[in-house]
Amino acid sequence: MIRVAALLSIGRHPASGRARRAGLDARGLELALRMPNAEVRAFHAGDPHAASLRDYLGMGLETLNVLNVAPGCDPVPALVEALRGVGPDLIICGMRAEAGEGSGMVPYLIAEALGHAVVCDAAAIECASGTARVVQGLPRGRRREVVVTLPAVVLVNSAAPAARAPAFARARRGRIVPHPVEAREDAFLAACEMRPWRARPKRMAVPSGGSAQERMKALTEAKAGEGRLLVNPVPEEAARAVRDYLVEKRFLRGAGDGDGRG
Amino acid sequence: MAGALAGWLTVGLLVAAVVIAVHHSRRWRAGAAAEVDLVAGLKALPKRYLVDVHDVVGRKPFNARFHALTAGGFLASLVLLVLAVVPWFRGPLLWGLAALALALMLAGALMVGWRRHVVKPTELSGGRFARLPVSLIAYAAGLLVVALDRVAGGALPHGVTLVLAGVGLFGGADLLVGVGRGPLKHALHGALYLVAHPRPGRFSGRDRGGERKRDSALAPLNLDDAKLGVEVPLDFAWNRLLGFEACVQCGRCESVCPAYAAGLPLNPKALIQDLVGAMEGGAADYAGHGHPGRSVAGARGPHLPVVGEGAAIHPNTLWACTTCRACVDACPMMIEHVDVIVDLRRFETLEKASAPGKAPGVLEELRIADNPGGFPAVRRIDWAFDLALPLAREREKFDVLLWLGDAAFDLRGQRSLRAFIRLLKKAGVDFAVLGEDELDCGDLARRLGDEATFQDLARRNIARLEGLSFRRIVTMDPHALHVIRNEYPAFGGAFEVVHHTALLLELVEGGRLTLGSLSGTLTYHDPCYLGRYNGVTEAPRRLLDMLGMERREMEFSGLASRCCGGGGGTSVTDVAGDRRIPDVRMEQARETGAACIAVACPNCTVMLEGVVGPRPEVKEIAELVLEATE
Repeated sequence: MIRVAALLSIGRHPASGRARRAGLDARGLELALRMPNAEVRAFHAGDPHAASLRDYLGMGLETLNVLNVAPGCDPVPALVEALRGVGPDLIICGMRAEAGEGSGMVPYLIAEALGHAVVCDAAAIECASGTARVVQGLPRGRRREVVVTLPAVVLVNSAAPAARAPAFARARRGRIVPHPVEAREDAFLAACEMRPWRARPKRMAVPSGGSAQERMKALTEAKAGEGRLLVNPVPEEAARAVRDYLVEKRFLRGAGDGDGRG
Repeated sequence: MAGALAGWLTVGLLVAAVVIAVHHSRRWRAGAAAEVDLVAGLKALPKRYLVDVHDVVGRKPFNARFHALTAGGFLASLVLLVLAVVPWFRGPLLWGLAALALALMLAGALMVGWRRHVVKPTELSGGRFARLPVSLIAYAAGLLVVALDRVAGGALPHGVTLVLAGVGLFGGADLLVGVGRGPLKHALHGALYLVAHPRPGRFSGRDRGGERKRDSALAPLNLDDAKLGVEVPLDFAWNRLLGFEACVQCGRCESVCPAYAAGLPLNPKALIQDLVGAMEGGAADYAGHGHPGRSVAGARGPHLPVVGEGAAIHPNTLWACTTCRACVDACPMMIEHVDVIVDLRRFETLEKASAPGKAPGVLEELRIADNPGGFPAVRRIDWAFDLALPLAREREKFDVLLWLGDAAFDLRGQRSLRAFIRLLKKAGVDFAVLGEDELDCGDLARRLGDEATFQDLARRNIARLEGLSFRRIVTMDPHALHVIRNEYPAFGGAFEVVHHTALLLELVEGGRLTLGSLSGTLTYHDPCYLGRYNGVTEAPRRLLDMLGMERREMEFSGLASRCCGGGGGTSVTDVAGDRRIPDVRMEQARETGAACIAVACPNCTVMLEGVVGPRPEVKEIAELVLEATE
């Protein structure tokens, strides 16, 4: 039996701006729910009346513990205290929240306070006695397996399996258990100015000179391949070229390339 | 002697049949409670049988005739044979009448035999049904000779008449005692189902156009119920279970089902029989076609879940239905297959969240962003920036509200909308759009079983619409039309909704649009939600006929139109079959040789345009009308 704590935040739909379950936290909960032989407890720091918390219950949680942290207060001390009380082997949450500061710092601060290791970019978790094998999902589809001694904090990214859909009836039946906590106002947050995010236009490198048609062509034309063209190569040569390419792109570990694992 | 004996044995058989039927009724009476007005149902029974059922059966006149002969002769002969018990009645008159009834029945029975053993339509089930003509003929022929013998005053030796009476009553026994399992089951349960039908509204007469009233709106689900939707057979209301018992396995649903035709794992007949089997429990007693690509059903029983990988109905069967209502329209027993599908989907979605494919994501977007793609609300209107559409919230009063629908998010749909908007402007119609304030109508969520999201969208749309002052709504999307016209009233929204083809017809007939003449050939594809759901098949055809093009009809058209495959959420659940449903439909369009297929629904446009060429060109009616005005 492994004890898992899932930290769940309230997200924000990018188009409608409405509150929802946070995508990465939901993936974290999905990993937790899929773990065999795990006792999953879920925590949220914030308003226990927030309707979107029901989405997590809809995924199959029976109870969700909500630390009643007032808006504008720092949730970290409350979370740390609650987690200390439970003493989980594994703490799972998303890499970054969708609303609020969204700094991605909360799990690191919690891990620091509890003295746990942190594994980021998790795509899959498999627990053995005292350790967990975590598969990290790295850019361009690369995967790396790391082994971490428990207890640990594992941060899930979007390479993890998609979260199951919440079921209306389960969401309705699940229980939200509020816990009163004392939280300090977050002075840093109070000092910040909040503005909606908007995409900045990207400046294109515009080629100068030539006719309009030539400039357009320079912008849109596909560049000729940078690779080598082998015509009727002998098999050894072709294999070497493929191998060199894979080593160059770090799919294979080349000779003398110690940390090129991935 | 043989006559009196036949009479007494008939009485005995009838008593046995009643006992068996009462015993059998425990099965369907165990269903959930339902509000049924039995008195009104009993009063309406003759009309429901003679008009509504006959309407459907009579689409195959041969079948209507053998029913009249066989059932009429059988019932009359039973009455006369029972009378033969009383010595006072026993005379040449009684036996003469009995002979007449039995002769008519024999003619009918021979027709049944002809159909089952010579014509052999593939959609018919075998098994017990194959024996039916034998029993009918044995009963009618055996007793006919006995009756004639009585009329003639006993010309035949006693032994012969006794043997013949025995043969007749053996046939009769197979028919009457089979009331709980055999083919005669449908006569009794069909009649009871007509009395207690869950949709009495569908029998309430004809609308102004002379069309049968179409009671096609789904019933709202009480979201506070302890269990949402149907999990086990006994969660169905008792009158629904009664309807399954009424199924006679004629296979008319099978031959009209678009999913079955394309080899998707759904056969409506097998679906209903799966449910009958689930009530019975145990092994399958079904000798018809199954769900394509699926083997026999799994574990089943009245208290076992209906849907599941190893249950009575495989999830793929459930999610292959396009909710096109072709089966409902074709069913002579008035079974409501689509209600069944939606009841089962409601449990799957609301309790288990197990809708397959892209459905979960789409439902979540609908819930949080009010449209299936999760787009910003402004995207519903930003493509029309250059058209400077009048916004409803900026107008105090206007005539027509243009409901844009989901098509507004799709490039192809925008092209159709543009054509229609140009026509509205040409005709000087005083219209406005909700624009950013428009939410998804909820059709997709509801058909996928997500009643919670549907009700939320419906209530919010109604609140927005009620704050405005306009006369009626026009939409190009028959799904939105159906939902707003027929399903919003249950939530307090009563709005007049017209389809854009009806409005265009009105504008042309009123002289506000003048049409030039186009050349070429076209065929018209009826959208299910306009035709079968709302009975509108003639207005679009009249409009098309004004364009001066030659109109040809496809193999399935009008109320019998074949679905494009885009309804009921099948485009997001995406259950695979041998072929795609739109490919099957397009084949029918190709067969007409028409150069153009006119459509009146954005879903049909997308589905049919997805068919690889060469194929007729797919054009929205508004696009054709616009062409004719230019």
